[in-house]
Amino acid sequence: MFELSQDHEDFREVVRDFATQAVEPHVAKWDRAHHFPTELVPQMGGLGLFGLVVPEAYGGSLEDADGGAFTSLCIAIEELGRVDQSIGITLSAGVGLGINPILTYGTDAQKERFLPDLVAGRALAGFGLTEPDAGSDAGATRTKAVLEDGQWVVDGAKAFITNSGTEITSVVTVTARTGTDPEGRAEISAIMIPSGTAGFTVEAPYDKLGWNISDTHGLSFSGCRVPEDHLLGARGHGFRQFLKTLDDGRIAISALALGLITRMREEATAYATSRTAFGRPIGANQGVAFPIADLAVMEENARLVTYRAAWLKDEQEAGRRSVAEVKQAAAVAKLYTSEAAVAATRIATQVFGGNGFMEEYPVARFYRDAKILEIGEGTSEVQRMVIAKGLGLPTA
Amino acid sequence: MNIVVCVKYVPDAQSDRSFRDSDRTVDRDGVDGLLSELDEYAVEEALKIVEAAGEGEVTVLTVGPEAAANAIKKALQMGADRGVHVEDEAIHGSDAAATSLVLAEAVRKATGGTPELVMTGMSSTDGVMGVVPAMLAERLGLPQVTYASELTVGEGTVTIRRDGDTASETIEASLPALVSVTDQINEPRYPSFKGIMAAKKKPVEQWGLADLGIDTSQVGLDAAWTSVVSVTKRPPRAQGQIVADEGDGGSRLAEFLAGQKFI
Repeated sequence: MFELSQDHEDFREVVRDFATQAVEPHVAKWDRAHHFPTELVPQMGGLGLFGLVVPEAYGGSLEDADGGAFTSLCIAIEELGRVDQSIGITLSAGVGLGINPILTYGTDAQKERFLPDLVAGRALAGFGLTEPDAGSDAGATRTKAVLEDGQWVVDGAKAFITNSGTEITSVVTVTARTGTDPEGRAEISAIMIPSGTAGFTVEAPYDKLGWNISDTHGLSFSGCRVPEDHLLGARGHGFRQFLKTLDDGRIAISALALGLITRMREEATAYATSRTAFGRPIGANQGVAFPIADLAVMEENARLVTYRAAWLKDEQEAGRRSVAEVKQAAAVAKLYTSEAAVAATRIATQVFGGNGFMEEYPVARFYRDAKILEIGEGTSEVQRMVIAKGLGLPTA
Repeated sequence: MNIVVCVKYVPDAQSDRSFRDSDRTVDRDGVDGLLSELDEYAVEEALKIVEAAGEGEVTVLTVGPEAAANAIKKALQMGADRGVHVEDEAIHGSDAAATSLVLAEAVRKATGGTPELVMTGMSSTDGVMGVVPAMLAERLGLPQVTYASELTVGEGTVTIRRDGDTASETIEASLPALVSVTDQINEPRYPSFKGIMAAKKKPVEQWGLADLGIDTSQVGLDAAWTSVVSVTKRPPRAQGQIVADEGDGGSRLAEFLAGQKFI
């Protein structure tokens, strides 16, 4: 009951080998250079990582997954995240925000056009919801799209969009106001904007605290025209569609946080065993050993909430669990694991002492990378809102 | 073309390796093992040949204890079509000559006596003798084409490039042949998720010595032509020597290097 299947463990081993051999040796250098390793994406595609939840018709392996496809994706994100958080989020966003909306809401023609390249890792896609003045309050979206002579004319700006400006980014789906509904609220729709469309500008990369290897840009649209058939899903359903992808995204972030916590436990244990002070390994002191014991407790808890949420998601896909259950479990997992991840990096850097402050050791990079986990895919405060609402507490 | 790739399950080089006290053989029980990295190149090359030809099968063959099934599993996950696992208690402690005997009989049985191409890595990563490919070729009566850094299969021939210290040779042999490959020949693939799931359904045959018509007296420690008399663990590396520079650092460094016969 409390272990993953042998297939999942076999898959974990392969991803771990890949992460250790093809990613780990380079990440410190990439992080310093703020370099996005484009060549790694097709390699990840070769392992099938982008196609875990995608049907065979588009190059994926959903049918082979025995109903555990989303769990497999979380394993891949965890294992990549254990080596580098940016690479983990590249996969998480590539699937959850790039592929998933097209797979779920796209027409056959849209799927055939974009999915095979995305699944193979020959291309990446982004999803633009957040704006400079609209984050979790997505109803405040200002970007607008007007239908004119069979074309959507898009104007506006998006902020913090992952995978939107890589050399191989093929398309970014953005939410935009396409009108006003009968109750006077904004009608939000999702529109696909292929890279290179006139009037679509990818801004210079952000200067971030962490996730330096991940590709993040602001986007701006000025008289940007795409054919009418670039609408993704039903008109006016853009916001609703996006909220559905959020639950999956939260579980994926939990997996990313779990990879980080696991790594912190490993790093701290190894260091406290080998580093000596006052004639003995520092781990022989309770002041060092006890916080490391706490790391093991965090890891165990994070593992349980993450994979229970992933299992619920797989069960929900099979029609055996409700969306509400998944939503609650996803928010609980995301809240716990992201806060534990931040605490874990604080503990690990403390165990490393002065060395923990040095970029020479990986704990410093993870320390910088951890904070965003409490913010992206809904802040901790938003998770508490979701959880409280799920408990039936009165809303404001 | 049908290819048989011989692979070995070896202790993970990254974990602590040790020898059994009782018979001074490598302790394979206490450590994690894996498909020898050097054999992955042979598996990859065989897969590439079959993929390029659009027909044929890759059979992966190993001789080893129960856990050696993991080496076959990895090769099947990479894309090999079927596995053969020769396991027999009597094989424990076999030297290279006996190992090549078991491999040769297994290759014959797996191919109905007519192998087309047999491939191996250049050596194992644990024993590192590198003689099994040559012995195997001899036992099978095949041309031995070893240390291939490049391989081309032609009409009834195989051509390889062998890189030496002073020259690169191009060598051609008639098929059937045995080819061992180096770690320069390709970049082995990682198994894909699809490959992992597909591997579960691929056939793996289990053979013992009796299935191969080999008498237990021909293999194992007692039949070995050599024996390991003693094993001594390498002493831990001594602490380096720190020289404080008091104006004469350069000359003291030179003295040290000269003392070690580096200069």
